[in-house]
Amino acid sequence: MNASDEFSALWLSVQLAAITTVLLILIATPLAWWLSGTRSRARPVIEATVALPIVLPPTVLGFYLLVLLGPYGAIGRWWVELTGDTLSFSFTGLVIASCVYSLPFAVQPLQHAFEALGRREIEAARTLGATPLDAFFSVAVPQSARGFLNAIVLSFAHTLGEFGVVLMVGGNIPGETRTISIAIYDRVESLDYTAAHTLSATLLVFAFAAMLAMYLVNYRGRRNA
Amino acid sequence: MPDALPVELRYALSRPEFALDVELVLPATGITGLFGPSGAGKTTLLRCIAGLERAATARLSVDGELWQGGEAVRPIHERRIGYVFQEPRLFGHLDVRRNLEYGARRSRDSRGSVDFDGVVDLLGLRGLLRRQPVALSGGEAQRVAIGRALLRRPRLVLMDEPLAALDRARKDEILPFLDRLHAELELPIVYVSHNVEEICRLCDHLVVMEAGKVLATGDLQSVLVQAGLPGLGGDEAGSVITGRLAGHDAAYDITRLEYSGGVLQVPGRFDATGSTVRVRIRASDVSLTRERPRQTTILNVVDASIEHIAEQGPMRLLRLRLGDDRLLARITHRSCDELQLREGETVLAQIKAVAIRNTPQH
Repeated sequence: MNASDEFSALWLSVQLAAITTVLLILIATPLAWWLSGTRSRARPVIEATVALPIVLPPTVLGFYLLVLLGPYGAIGRWWVELTGDTLSFSFTGLVIASCVYSLPFAVQPLQHAFEALGRREIEAARTLGATPLDAFFSVAVPQSARGFLNAIVLSFAHTLGEFGVVLMVGGNIPGETRTISIAIYDRVESLDYTAAHTLSATLLVFAFAAMLAMYLVNYRGRRNA
Repeated sequence: MPDALPVELRYALSRPEFALDVELVLPATGITGLFGPSGAGKTTLLRCIAGLERAATARLSVDGELWQGGEAVRPIHERRIGYVFQEPRLFGHLDVRRNLEYGARRSRDSRGSVDFDGVVDLLGLRGLLRRQPVALSGGEAQRVAIGRALLRRPRLVLMDEPLAALDRARKDEILPFLDRLHAELELPIVYVSHNVEEICRLCDHLVVMEAGKVLATGDLQSVLVQAGLPGLGGDEAGSVITGRLAGHDAAYDITRLEYSGGVLQVPGRFDATGSTVRVRIRASDVSLTRERPRQTTILNVVDASIEHIAEQGPMRLLRLRLGDDRLLARITHRSCDELQLREGETVLAQIKAVAIRNTPQH
């Protein structure tokens, strides 16, 4: 193992986290908006489902995802027919798994932001001639900027550090599914503590910086408000 | 410009604890007061009109255009309604100017004469344009909210107790602006309030609601003098009379006001001789006598005929006719019997106090 391997693992993790975060914002925003305003009886069921990855052991989640995404699974089979490739043990499969795994970290901050905003200003915008979409983008989004920041930081950091799900769904293919946490596990297994230290410290510093940035922004926002 | 057509509406909905069933025709200009106790359905009706609330039966036409009814349902953003909520609901991330422009930018239709500077001056917003909403007082924020609604170029303005959340001083700060709005806008305005004083000052027409139903509707005076309406009896009972400023006695600082039944004398000075003025006279400030008192401190003693006597516990509420105007008098049952007052008779009404409001008329 050499430095380029380690860099490749780090770079793969960053790519995975970035793509997952973008997809999650696209998925979680409408979901969180709906949850924040609905009086549907399905709401608690959806909320519980979204929150599952927080409490479920990653191995359990990873196992079910492996079953689903594998070449004989419901989604995996369909994917094979469509593209000829398998989803399990591929980067695409990892992206899908990460989206499930980090979903609550995107949905919950957004939902809290939308709930705090309420519907009053949206109603005002609607009576002032804004279509529902226009009102959402011109009033709800700018006023929920901190919610979006929190969702982005948490989704990114949480995906960057995932281990169990990746191991179950992605395995350990260099450049394809070997993310930074897998690489750390590898180094420890082979008693290469120096490399494990380097990688671990990188993740630690990044995670702390991300959290600090988020709390600083939140603190400043609260003080101004 | 041809005369605008009235607002015609019919809304009915039913909920576990509340049912609304309303059919109304509102004049095309002037302020229509929507009055009633809380829970009467005033806010729900406004929200139905704006499209913010779904109703089982819904029909709305504004100035001859069908906005809702049958197959046609205009979405909220196409209704050309200026909605002023109880609380300002300004957009916190935009400064005052951009709040004001929000609706204007989205109203491509150029009909209507409202222009930015006109509204800013009308509501005294010039000095606030660069401020953020958090830096505004409650009264200022509500003025901005009114301006924002007007700049949306509405064909119908809905105001839901815009002063209810404000203290006395803030109300007094906004009321003159509402007077000006009333005078200058050729728009139908619906003004929800449960404050009789506000209604008497601002409104030309009055709709009284209770428990989701309309109890009375008509021009302000004719509704105010109907006996038995909730919130308009007892201490709040009173009438309004519209007159023309006819002169001022500088020695005593008394203003003469001509109305259909003669002349009222009102302490104080009011500008613009010849303009019309509306005064409110409470029923409890009117007493009756059979003979003209020779020496009295009361300035206004007028001939009036008794149109109607209503029983209200130990009190009697009498509707009196003065020329074409009506006046209410609230006296005890005992006095009523001792003077043997009967409907159709003529008596002298002594008006102790007159609350004057300089309200320009259309």
